[in-house]
Amino acid sequence: MALTGIQIYKLLPQTNCKECGFPTCLAFAMKLAAKQVELSACPYVSEESKAQLAESAAPPIRLISLKSDGFEVKAGNEIVLYRHEKTFYNKPGVFIRVLDSDPVEVMQGKVAAANSFKVNYVGIDLTVDGFAVASVSGDPGVFANAVSVVRKASQRPLILMSRSSEIMAAGLQSIDGETPLIYGADVDNWEAMADLAKGHNAALAVIGGDLEGLADLTEKVKAKGVEDLVLDPGGRTFSPGLTYGTQIRRLSVKKNFRPLGYPVIAFPGDIGDAGLEAMLAAQAIAKYAGFIVLDHFTPESIYPLLVLRQNIYTDPQKPIQVQPGVYEINNPKPEDPVLVTTNFSITYFSVANEVEGSGLPAWLVVADAEGMSVLTAWAAGKFDSERIAKSVKGFNVAEKVTKKRLVIPGHVAVLSGELEEELPDWEIRVGPREAVDLPAFMKQAL
Amino acid sequence: MPIEIPLDKWPGAVRTVTLGATAAEGGTRTKTVTVGGEKAMPFLHFESEMPYPPVIAVEIRDRRPDDWSPLLYKAWGEAIEDPAAWAKAAEEAGAELIQLTISLTDSNGVTTTPQAAVAATKAVLEATGLPLLVFGPGQAEVDNDLLVAVAEAAKGERLVLGICEDKNYRTIVATALANGHLVTARTPMDVNLAKQLNILINDMGFPMERVLMDPTTGALGYGIEYGFSAMERLRLAALQGDSMTQLPMIVTPGFEAWKAKEAKVGEGVPAAWGDWEQRAIHWETLTTITLLESGADIVVLRHPESVRRVRATVLDLMGVPQTA
Repeated sequence: MALTGIQIYKLLPQTNCKECGFPTCLAFAMKLAAKQVELSACPYVSEESKAQLAESAAPPIRLISLKSDGFEVKAGNEIVLYRHEKTFYNKPGVFIRVLDSDPVEVMQGKVAAANSFKVNYVGIDLTVDGFAVASVSGDPGVFANAVSVVRKASQRPLILMSRSSEIMAAGLQSIDGETPLIYGADVDNWEAMADLAKGHNAALAVIGGDLEGLADLTEKVKAKGVEDLVLDPGGRTFSPGLTYGTQIRRLSVKKNFRPLGYPVIAFPGDIGDAGLEAMLAAQAIAKYAGFIVLDHFTPESIYPLLVLRQNIYTDPQKPIQVQPGVYEINNPKPEDPVLVTTNFSITYFSVANEVEGSGLPAWLVVADAEGMSVLTAWAAGKFDSERIAKSVKGFNVAEKVTKKRLVIPGHVAVLSGELEEELPDWEIRVGPREAVDLPAFMKQAL
Repeated sequence: MPIEIPLDKWPGAVRTVTLGATAAEGGTRTKTVTVGGEKAMPFLHFESEMPYPPVIAVEIRDRRPDDWSPLLYKAWGEAIEDPAAWAKAAEEAGAELIQLTISLTDSNGVTTTPQAAVAATKAVLEATGLPLLVFGPGQAEVDNDLLVAVAEAAKGERLVLGICEDKNYRTIVATALANGHLVTARTPMDVNLAKQLNILINDMGFPMERVLMDPTTGALGYGIEYGFSAMERLRLAALQGDSMTQLPMIVTPGFEAWKAKEAKVGEGVPAAWGDWEQRAIHWETLTTITLLESGADIVVLRHPESVRRVRATVLDLMGVPQTA
């Protein structure tokens, strides 16, 4: 549980030496509580106090990192229930499950397709994070071979799935030296699985029938010296998944309940229906999963899921900006109109989406307005005639078009006179105030 | 070890709003639909019973729309040519409400007349017993002309008239007040703007039990995170007791998702986008589930397969987990 400024103050030397840069120890304590300074700024704090403060500063949900050669997937370290309270930090890892009972070619094909999958969204390449290999055969040799097959087809981190320590040990042999996730430890096998996790430096998923049983089990495993844990509380459909996810997140964030202070793993594929699997995975993204294991890999379902994950994990305090530049919409030709807007993502999307949806071709100049919307940027002096002219010139728009006609947002109609001076070769037209009216404007007025 | 789940104790609750009126209540609907009444964040049955499930409305038009995705024409077939047939098909697909949008013009480009809007509304009311939401084309003057005529012709049906926005709500609210209807109030993804419009509507003497609010959303990839967080904040404000946010929320993921290129277009897109039809349905359903998790009471959809998936999802979410 995070300490208050007063509680922290009691652990400080209380000498007001000012060497930390603050006038009093209390002022420093307040800054510490707000996480605006580091404790190391105080040269005189006792070791005992350091330990106490470190314990209180530990994240309520432990950061778990799965590693393979060149790849790392992190989950945990979350501190809020609602993204608007701060932000969500570590995007849940998306893993694709393959079964060791499948023919080798089937495994290879599925893994190769998912491994090479890459889709561009607002300038970011989105990919899947790794693979889960599940033992269905019940044969250690078959499982070890399947793990090798998957490892050859992809270098991404792995989750190995079996409740048998003998099978798990065989699988781990195939990827020695990596940090996979072992799935998993239950009430019957936890000692052997904890030994394996310890021996291979792996993270361990703990599988519980209910939250109390799960908490008992994580404590036992932790006592054996394995601290990198992942929780499977069960609940394979929407309502139980949401309930467990919420309860675990609340216990860790609000109560700092350490036995359940770990990321949760979700298996939406267990619902069967591929359409509902994608929706259940979407729920897991918004409602608190740290790792998501899918059974179906299809580009048409992975693409929206990766976009959703990107959206939900966007820091609400830093609105995403799009890269300033000239965007081509519906393959414009030199005679097609030039529109200008700001680089605030929502502004850009509203405009781009309306124009795209209308099917009308256009050149969209996105000016650097420091990520503000049209009116805000105009009021702040970040979207004035000078900036617009600079964008038009800087992006060499004149070389792309034959008809030098620039449409500015209706909200900044007042800029048209100045712009005519800044861009003397251009005809300046005032467009609609709202993006939604752009298609009609383009059809009628251009 | 014994675990005590932290429970939120909320002083406030969302109002309940009933759509549609049966013959006994002065309308012609075979059943009414009630939404709202939440005393906790969505589907947290361990904290509070959720009295009414979120419901699915299907959007239809008074005539064949000009610019919808070819996939939607394919999905609805000939029904799309006739609002009555379309409403029936939507009901068969699992709609619990019908949302009729009146087009700005007829197929020849002539502005829709009030008589035509009334005829379309009546045809839909006859074709289905479900409660109806009637939205104008979205241009203030035309909306007002059409919706006043519809409101008078369907007096007592407890239609939802839309869409009230800060620049145009007075006429719609007045006619809803005079003719026993409801309204929906739309604001752009902002808690304070939503509250402000609700206050303005309340100031006209309109009962808040007849108002839905539409906080607007972006589709997946097009600003859904803003809608998601605006809705979570609105619902939290309602639970904390802020009376002017205690309204059920309606959102239009169908409209938003099918506007996105990912759903609308099948050609000239990256191969990594995969199968067009399934991608489009994922786009609509993933947008929808995300909004349901943040407090949507009514979701307006477009594709029949999305309706099927969302129905199954809501049914599951309304179940109280045994182990919770």
